[in-house]
Amino acid sequence: MDSFTTPLLAGTATGALLLIAALGLALTFGQMGVINMAHGEFLMAGAYATYLTQQVVTNTDVSVLVALPVAFLVAGLLGLLLEVTVISWMYRRPLDTLLVTVGVGLVLQQLAKDVFGAQGDPVRTPGWLEGNIDVFGYHWPYRQMFTIVLALMALTALAALLKYSSFGRQIRATVQNRDLAETVGIRTRTVDRITFFVGSGLAGIGGVAVSLISGTNPRLGTAYIISAFLVVVAGGLGQLKGTVIAAFAVGIATSFFADWTSASMAQVATFALVVVFLQVRPQGLFVVRSRGLA
Amino acid sequence: MRLPHPNPDDLGLDYLEVRGLTVDFDGFKAVDGVDLTLLQGRVHFLIGPNGAGKTTLVDAVTGLVPATGLARYRNQDLLSVRSHKIVRAGIGRTFQTATVFEELSVLQNLDIAGGVHRSPFALLRARRGVPSYVADALETVGLADLRDRPAGVLAHGQKQWLEIGMLLVQDAKVMLLDEPVAGMSAEEREETGALLQRIGEERTIVVIEHDMDFVRSFADVVTVMHAGKVLIEGSVAEIQASPEVQEVYLGRTVEGTTHA
Amino acid sequence: MKSFARSYGPLVAIAVLAVLLLVVAPAVLSPFRLNNLGKYCCWAIAAVGIGLAWGRGGMLVMGQGVFFGIGGYAMAMHLKLEAAGPEGIPDFMLLYGDGTMPGWWEPFRSGAFTLFAIVALPAIAAAILGYAVFKRRVKGAYFAILTQALAVVFATLLIATIQETGGFNGLNQFTFFFGYNLYDPVNKKMVYSIAAGLLVACLVVVWQLYRSRFGELLVATRDAEERVRFLGHDPANVKLAAFVIAAVMASIGGAMFAPIAGIISPSDVDATASIFLIAGVALGGRALLLGPALGAIAVGYGRSTLSESFPDQWTYFLGALFIAVILLFPAGLASLFGKAWSRLPRRKAAPA
Ligand SMILES: Nc1ncnc2c1ncn2[C@@H]1O[C@H](COP(=O)(O)OP(=O)(O)O)[C@@H](O)[C@H]1O
Ligand SMILES: [Mg+2]
Repeated sequence: MDSFTTPLLAGTATGALLLIAALGLALTFGQMGVINMAHGEFLMAGAYATYLTQQVVTNTDVSVLVALPVAFLVAGLLGLLLEVTVISWMYRRPLDTLLVTVGVGLVLQQLAKDVFGAQGDPVRTPGWLEGNIDVFGYHWPYRQMFTIVLALMALTALAALLKYSSFGRQIRATVQNRDLAETVGIRTRTVDRITFFVGSGLAGIGGVAVSLISGTNPRLGTAYIISAFLVVVAGGLGQLKGTVIAAFAVGIATSFFADWTSASMAQVATFALVVVFLQVRPQGLFVVRSRGLA
Repeated sequence: MRLPHPNPDDLGLDYLEVRGLTVDFDGFKAVDGVDLTLLQGRVHFLIGPNGAGKTTLVDAVTGLVPATGLARYRNQDLLSVRSHKIVRAGIGRTFQTATVFEELSVLQNLDIAGGVHRSPFALLRARRGVPSYVADALETVGLADLRDRPAGVLAHGQKQWLEIGMLLVQDAKVMLLDEPVAGMSAEEREETGALLQRIGEERTIVVIEHDMDFVRSFADVVTVMHAGKVLIEGSVAEIQASPEVQEVYLGRTVEGTTHA
Repeated sequence: MKSFARSYGPLVAIAVLAVLLLVVAPAVLSPFRLNNLGKYCCWAIAAVGIGLAWGRGGMLVMGQGVFFGIGGYAMAMHLKLEAAGPEGIPDFMLLYGDGTMPGWWEPFRSGAFTLFAIVALPAIAAAILGYAVFKRRVKGAYFAILTQALAVVFATLLIATIQETGGFNGLNQFTFFFGYNLYDPVNKKMVYSIAAGLLVACLVVVWQLYRSRFGELLVATRDAEERVRFLGHDPANVKLAAFVIAAVMASIGGAMFAPIAGIISPSDVDATASIFLIAGVALGGRALLLGPALGAIAVGYGRSTLSESFPDQWTYFLGALFIAVILLFPAGLASLFGKAWSRLPRRKAAPA
């Protein structure tokens, strides 16, 4: 039982983390065709925001809760800044935005190294997240469950935003047909900016969760970004459920592979799995169809 | 002139046969059980109101959308073959919005279309001079004066001619032309029609078109589609006499043509 | 005469570069600088391949470090075995392992096999990945991400296999290169010349490819992939060919890098190393013939110089370079010369 529940539960937590990271990516990729390679560094920024919040709000029990909006804002504003200064100039050059944001990511990483040191700092776990719950003989840490709760909350909030708010309707209109959306008076550039802010902010939330598990570290983003991208690729664009399924699938699969072999072989196996999956569904789980010789 | 279901045994191999072709877009049948027999040496017109499924039919036959039913050419089942193999089998098409390689010159566009006939090894050599079949196509479609222009600067009609020229270079035995004369001037239409008749002798040519004047002047056989189905097939006169066609199609286009 | 200049002008430029690299540089540079230039040449070889795949083919290959690494490790394994002598086994295996050598190392004792592997292994790997990806029409950003993921996976795998590949430290301390003592400056110069010569050879290969019909087809595939299908070509095959050639070039670069740098380690082949290769290509001009090679040499030089004086600032520089080049000169610096050149007054071309 243990060799089944342990990877399953740990993998679910990893999946939840990937989901938070991938939601923002899928959002901006789906809407603007922008691949933000600095997204991992926004995750890192969220982790450092948590660390800094703990320096100010010393009561660990509340500091994490304070850190959530702080991290969202910090990462979101970084994203907004990136959109305004760089990405908005490279409209409809998606592969180039990918490269530019690689550069941005490098700079942010080095910046974190220079400001906070290369070693990284520990983040204190609040008392109410210490300990674990016994599930079929596996001591499931509350911290992992917290990640899942966080992911589900982020997902619900985002889904509600897209579905019920007028801003959400504007986003969906822009995704489906940008030109048409413009002609009916939607200010698509503004919509893009807000999307970028929200998507990046989500990475900040992910950073809070990561920091509770592994502290801060300038290279923290690179550890998650590739898996998050694989999630986006496998999930397909246009529908949140694709991202959700893919995130948990990748998280749990990696966890099982790691249990059977080793952490590094698990990476190889997951990569191979995604490539094989793309043989069956080259555009990911769910696709928004478009016509013609695209 | 009426040849809806000729006996295939009389026809040799060069005909394209479509039986029960159906394209289903998530429950919506854009093409719904279409039967067609397209014979060599005829200019075949496919008409019907917007959204009738004409483009989708051509897409299905050329491997661009999945379809069920049968589409056969020279004993080859087209529905199970990838687009590039269909082209190699001798079936070429153009697109509703002309798609040529904008940065390449007219000549290069035509030359690159000749790739089907070249071995992979020949692809590694540089282009030297102008192959005769490229020069011929250049003459036939009347773009000889523009051969060194980038295709991107051509007028809309010229791009359509270039696409037809590319099909000539490919030596397509079946040409499926999706609204080639849309947006052309009256003279350009005349020229295009003459061109189609000239090259149609030893080919099977299928033209999708709305303009009835054009259809009247150049069609040998006309198939009318409506809502994914074939409404009627016959000569121009027969089509025009049909009350059904009047109702679903002609009534509307007569008004519609004034704006074109 | 004019068309002669247009077809063979680039060949003259390659010849000039060949003279600079093979005659001038060895005469004027110190052994240390020459060795550094040798490293840049290895990166440039990989960059030439990236120019083909990305510049001409539109495939953003973000994981060329993998193929660089395949060649580099293949060569390094041979050099390790050469250093260990007949029947000997590499020193690190005694240090970290139980002193037995994995069976797959054995064939690399043979120099001929190693040379074969340097070409065949990346070709096979690229063909498998490319086939899986291109046939299913995975492209654009998806493709770029997959290649980068491959680089991450590859480096992780290397780090995890310390007993088989030297792990984080990689493979180093080579003494002989196919029988030539690597401590002898004359032999080092020879190794440099081989790398520079291979760079020139790769440039000639892509020159021919670019002017061939295949080159035209590749550009057509980049610009309108689906349209190419209706010319009767499978665009997947066109892309596959370019991707495999690029992989082999990266592997050749890596193979020469090992003896010149004296080491090959995961940090030479991981995602960041792959990004670094892209940077040179972007700087020089991805779609130009000489742009990628010159860009890679320039970025390599910048890296050595900057990390000598400001070891930590190099990353800022690389990041800023990406942002500036892609934002301001997406066609690369070399395109600026091209623009200036076309502004020069000149005789109007006679109509053909
Ligand atoms: N990829 C697709 N997905 C969903 N519906 C489609 C798709 N392609 C075409 N259709 C629909 O199929 C119908 C037929 O379209 P089309 O073949 O383009 O008509 P025509 O060329 O006769 O004007 C239209 O209602 C169109 O909206
Ligand atoms: Mg149509």
